[in-house]
Amino acid sequence: MSAVSETHDNHHHDHAGHGYGDNSKLYIHIFRDDLGSKVGMWLFLFTEVLLFGGLFFLYFGYRVADPQAFHDAALNLDVMLGAVNTIVLLTSSLTMVLAIVAIQRDSVKLSLFYLAVTIACALTFLVNKYFEWSAKIHHGIYPGSDHVAEMPQGEISFFGLYYLMTGLHTFHVIVGAIIIAVCMVFIVKKHINKDKYIILENSGLYWHLVDLIWIFLFPLFYLLH
Amino acid sequence: MSNHAELHEEEHHEEHPGYGFYTAIWIGLIALTGLTVAIAGVDMGMYTVPLALLIACIKSMLVLNYFMHVKFDNILVKVFAAGCGVIIALVIIFLGFDVFIGGS
Repeated sequence: MSAVSETHDNHHHDHAGHGYGDNSKLYIHIFRDDLGSKVGMWLFLFTEVLLFGGLFFLYFGYRVADPQAFHDAALNLDVMLGAVNTIVLLTSSLTMVLAIVAIQRDSVKLSLFYLAVTIACALTFLVNKYFEWSAKIHHGIYPGSDHVAEMPQGEISFFGLYYLMTGLHTFHVIVGAIIIAVCMVFIVKKHINKDKYIILENSGLYWHLVDLIWIFLFPLFYLLH
Repeated sequence: MSNHAELHEEEHHEEHPGYGFYTAIWIGLIALTGLTVAIAGVDMGMYTVPLALLIACIKSMLVLNYFMHVKFDNILVKVFAAGCGVIIALVIIFLGFDVFIGGS
């Protein structure tokens, strides 16, 4: 009757062999390799780290070449906005992980609530970013502007990297928020539930990576002046 | 009897940390963020950058181990995460040779 019995997922090991002891019921085991999907997710995260890593290496090289310019350029950034966004992202990481705890305990509504808060944090981050960038652009600081063209070479590099790295990161925040919204739909439709939440876990991994990258972006761009 | 119950609770805790545990990690992360901002205002010369990066590394270890669950995960996931970090660290070190003693 049951073709394959797989209990790779360590959350379910206590159910292992259930189908064999009791013949009065029909058990249908659906092949599911949670560990496999998690390792696949980590492989993807690895490529993400390499993507951002390459940019961090560029930052490192340019900073060593002209530390004074990086010091001066960083004075233009708003530490308060950066710090607020750090706290917002850390909080969103917390609510993401709490949403997983909630689904493990079958508290569907609580899980949805935490995911909604996570998305709200992502939107707050984006609004802050909007204000931050508009203020910069208003002051004529954007790639290719006349104002930036007159700056020393090191500061041009700094702002180029600033827009590229925080821009790419912000893009990840948008993607992450969409993924979390999809997870909420899956929870409502019960595709994600108490016994099957690997999609939520993997989405969480992605979201934490976005947080992780910001943990390094914040001090390197906003604080080191 | 109560001893046994506590023990069981602890074991259960180790497998799936609860709401309180993660909130404690979050408080730690916020505190470390406050520390980085506070330290940035103090001029410590050549130590400023390494110190800021050290705090960032501690924060990322907290996120990786607890929020991303690596500490409680399968050895395969641990190897993946550690391998990723080692490769990045190696590239940074070799890049360091190049930018610091490579000449022009």
